[in-house]
Amino acid sequence: MTNEEIKEYISSLAPAANYDETGEWLNILVEPTALKPLMAALRTGKMQMNYLFCVTCVDFKTHLTMVYHLSATTHRQSIVIKANVNRDAPVIETVCDIWRTAEFLEREVFEMFGVNFTNHPDLRKLILEDDFKGFPLRKDFEDPINMIKL
Amino acid sequence: MYNQTEIIKDTSELGADGELVINMGPQHPATHGVLHLVVTLNGETIKKIEPHLGFIHRSIEKMCESLTYRQFIYVTSRMDYLSSHINNLGCALLVEKGMQIEVPDRAKYIRVILSELTRIASHELWLGAMAMDLGAFTPFFYAFREREMITDIMEDTCGARLTMNYIVPGGLMYDLHPDFQKKVKAFITQFKSKVTEYEDLVTNNIIFQSRTKGVGILSAEDAISYGCTGPVARASGVSCDIRKIYPYEVYDKVEFEEVIETAGDSFARYIVRVKEMNQSIRIIEQLIDNIPEGDFVAKTKNVLKLPKGEFYSRVETARGEFGVYVVSEGGTTPHRIKFRSPGFSNLSVLNHIAAGGMIGDLMASMGTLDLVIPDIDR
Repeated sequence: MTNEEIKEYISSLAPAANYDETGEWLNILVEPTALKPLMAALRTGKMQMNYLFCVTCVDFKTHLTMVYHLSATTHRQSIVIKANVNRDAPVIETVCDIWRTAEFLEREVFEMFGVNFTNHPDLRKLILEDDFKGFPLRKDFEDPINMIKL
Repeated sequence: MYNQTEIIKDTSELGADGELVINMGPQHPATHGVLHLVVTLNGETIKKIEPHLGFIHRSIEKMCESLTYRQFIYVTSRMDYLSSHINNLGCALLVEKGMQIEVPDRAKYIRVILSELTRIASHELWLGAMAMDLGAFTPFFYAFREREMITDIMEDTCGARLTMNYIVPGGLMYDLHPDFQKKVKAFITQFKSKVTEYEDLVTNNIIFQSRTKGVGILSAEDAISYGCTGPVARASGVSCDIRKIYPYEVYDKVEFEEVIETAGDSFARYIVRVKEMNQSIRIIEQLIDNIPEGDFVAKTKNVLKLPKGEFYSRVETARGEFGVYVVSEGGTTPHRIKFRSPGFSNLSVLNHIAAGGMIGDLMASMGTLDLVIPDIDR
């Protein structure tokens, strides 16, 4: 599918989506509330995006952006889905019932950025200690003991 | 955290079944690193496995945010230390893609040869360690005999045996050692004459076969859903070799087969890795006599600045798809960097393939996933 066809298809699923074609792949920015239905449709619909290869979050100081890299083992076309979440109370719905790899990846984002995933089956810290305070990958995180900034 | 051994539910709640929680690791001889598994057992049957990570978490992604595009490559050698060349290559490819640097042909050929040598060394170590996990001590020495030759070649050319840091944006740090081709050819001859010993010692061993066949079965759909890549997914019949799908460097010019098995059990994962070593030898043989003359590094500016935007590059390490995702604001350091490590996704499938099996089979399932803990913890 060309980018135009994908845009047309996604517009029928999420009319409010914004597109960015400057990078290597088509970037699609949606509202956090519209993310879950769109993801479910991408997995089961005609695009059959069965391979979620990267889930991460980026701190832009004013807001957090969830980034999902999707691909398919049949047609090998990659797209990027993004959703901006509020930095003070970040909440987004989990996708781990669609792709099971998301369970661990979302747990990592939860502890590093503090994003809460609703309906996640087991949202606990994965890498950090249970009593760790703060979200280390946010830009305003300061650790006076273990200096990791230069 | 649980106590060393504690019974959390008494038998009255579960009828005749009891539930026992044991801790494997973080200092277990078969976890090859500090991985802590909390295993819930019912008799000898595994009910659930819960990995506890982070014993060697160094926050590499945060560290990289304050390192320049020349510096951050050296940290990635410390993630998957058995594929350090290929990690370096993934990062160098990203910087070259972002800045549109044209790499000389000589550097491309050498990068591929070294990547394949790294892959063989990694699989050799895995073979020895995996056989040792299952109680066979001898294959470890056989595998290390060949691996030693590769580390010697690496030491001559790169100056290091494990964390090479030889690949830089634009090419290589310095030219090849004069003895490189001679030593690689000696290694190929040695490897080809000895690889049949693995077949006799391990592959055709009836004890090894009965411990791995039908153990830890992973279906193709689950392999994709869990994001498994590399030999783990290829043993389940999923075609996922980045060298074939998105060829980088000179992989589109060489002939090799993507090894695919369909059984999806521990034995299939073993077979895939052994066959992959032979394919790597095939790639090296095609390139070793044809390394073009010329520069080994492209001329680049002293200070590298990536344009504003987002970049992603991926390479095939010995464990699967390694991805680097960089968000750049146009400066000399990345705004955010994310490493998609293959071991992390491969670990997440462990509960799925081992639950319902016997505790004795856990070693076979886990050993064939080929987990490298620094790659998972980052």
